[in-house]
Amino acid sequence: MSEAIVSLRNVVKRYQRGKQTVEVLHGLNLEIANGEFVALMGPSGSGKTTLLNLIGGLDRATEGEVIVAGERIDQLSSGGLAKWRARHVGFVFQFYNLMPMLTAERNVELPLLLTSLNGAQRKQNVAAALAVVGLADRARHKPSELSGGQAQRVAIARALVADPTLLVCDEPTGDLDRKTADEILHLLQVLNREHGKSIVMVTHDPKAADYASRQMHVDKGALVQAEAA
Amino acid sequence: MKFFPLIWSALWRKKLRTIFTLLSIVIAFLLFGMLQGVNAAFQRGVDNANVNRLVVTSRISLTEALPISQMQLLESVKGVAAVAHATWFGAYYQDPKNFIFAAPVEIDRYLKVVPEIKSAPEQLDALRHTRDGILVGLVAAKKYGWKIGDRVPLHSTIWTRKSDGQSDWDFQVVGFYDFTGNASQTDGALFNFDYFDEARAFRRGSVGWWVVSLSDPNQSSQVAAAIDKLFENSADETKTQSEKEFAQSFLKQFGDINFIVKAILFAVFFTLLFLTGNTMMQSVRERVPELAVLKTLGYSDTAVLTLVLVESVLLCLLAAAIGLGIAELLFPLLKSVVGEVRLPPSVLLAGGGVALVLAILTGLPPAWRAKRLDIVDALAGR
Repeated sequence: MSEAIVSLRNVVKRYQRGKQTVEVLHGLNLEIANGEFVALMGPSGSGKTTLLNLIGGLDRATEGEVIVAGERIDQLSSGGLAKWRARHVGFVFQFYNLMPMLTAERNVELPLLLTSLNGAQRKQNVAAALAVVGLADRARHKPSELSGGQAQRVAIARALVADPTLLVCDEPTGDLDRKTADEILHLLQVLNREHGKSIVMVTHDPKAADYASRQMHVDKGALVQAEAA
Repeated sequence: MKFFPLIWSALWRKKLRTIFTLLSIVIAFLLFGMLQGVNAAFQRGVDNANVNRLVVTSRISLTEALPISQMQLLESVKGVAAVAHATWFGAYYQDPKNFIFAAPVEIDRYLKVVPEIKSAPEQLDALRHTRDGILVGLVAAKKYGWKIGDRVPLHSTIWTRKSDGQSDWDFQVVGFYDFTGNASQTDGALFNFDYFDEARAFRRGSVGWWVVSLSDPNQSSQVAAAIDKLFENSADETKTQSEKEFAQSFLKQFGDINFIVKAILFAVFFTLLFLTGNTMMQSVRERVPELAVLKTLGYSDTAVLTLVLVESVLLCLLAAAIGLGIAELLFPLLKSVVGEVRLPPSVLLAGGGVALVLAILTGLPPAWRAKRLDIVDALAGR
């Protein structure tokens, strides 16, 4: 196995809900190799999205070590973590989460605004990312003018445009019909196989999980099983 | 600058709401520009007052006349360089709204005390030799289209003529005058006191107020005290003030304009603070998931705070610029009231400052909320 892109050691995550403390992850250990496409599966409330949030640097572990792309991200400050996310992670959400008032190309450009690239370079990178997802001709369209599949492709282009180490996808096909879902999953597979992107995807859908190179099952805050696809 | 499209598009996310908010801020700054402009113009009149001059009025009231016999006594006061007088004529031309500050004066005395008045020597000479002659200020002459040789009837709201008991006075335009450093002072007219005094039906031998020039401006308060002391316990006690104090007390006859303007503007901006603040807060509330996505993409807490704050600044500054721009365009319409044709730059500058403060006050609470947004909670809709 090649070098690990994600490494979690004895990770515990507790939430405070009112007066109650809820432990969502209990001493979880996990390794994902560079270039892997991993599907995280499990029932609702099992802790898979929490796990994804920890890997993506959106949330912090209560205990344990979270090492992603060679960095102990559980030790980074809030600002440091934001910078780290911009550099290393691309996010794809179930409901696309595009800015409704911006065109597709402006949406894709958002991560690049945090870089030192000039306008022309940003434009070039945006065009390339939209071409990869097959939406070069929809650059000037707003999300409301796109279908669900097209909007998700724009979201994937946005996740890709800054050339991140890792793609983190939370139910990326949860809002799409089967055919469109398959197109999106195929695109993710291409990104993994041909562009070498490491991908961690949360999904409920076993068919979606089949596109991954490895499936992991989370239940009651622990990994219960890991298998190669 | 690269963030401008993001900020601009966020601002216009709800077009109608932004337009209404923008309009209310525009109206507020239009009001600010006009009222502060009027206030500044009046204040400028006060600030332009000559420190080398005193104004002597009746101690009882500005409208109470003083006997002309006081002149020699005034001239004898140590520190007094020259003495002139003027009288409130209360004139208008054809219609009461065409008010004109016309005053009967002894022109040579008056020019000595108020040297800012400039007129061609031959026109001054014409006034000296034409009993019913009148020297018209440039602004007034332009306003009414008067030319040399025109016969001009002025109606006095105070003075009737003893010959016919009428209040209409007939004058012949013999020349024009300018006023160095303050064009608004030329929206008036000066005519011969002798003609006025002989023709008026009552209070002959009296003047409205004295204007006294000083040998040494540093002795202003001592000379003022000496003058008032001179007429103390007489039938015509005096109140001597610097020209600036006189201008201020004259303005206060209309009310404390400065206070009224500030009170109105305070009420307007206080309301605006809540209106704009509420709009910004609502706008951020609606965009919680979008702001969380920005943070997900790597925008720091401070970057998100700045984006929201800049949005508020942009809205307020844009609206203020439009409001003050319209005020600048409309201000010349008030020329007949304030005598100024341009909105003073100080008003525009103050408007910009107020807009910035308004933007920060209304933008900071929602910006702070955006900064503190927890990504996981926001994305989960909690």
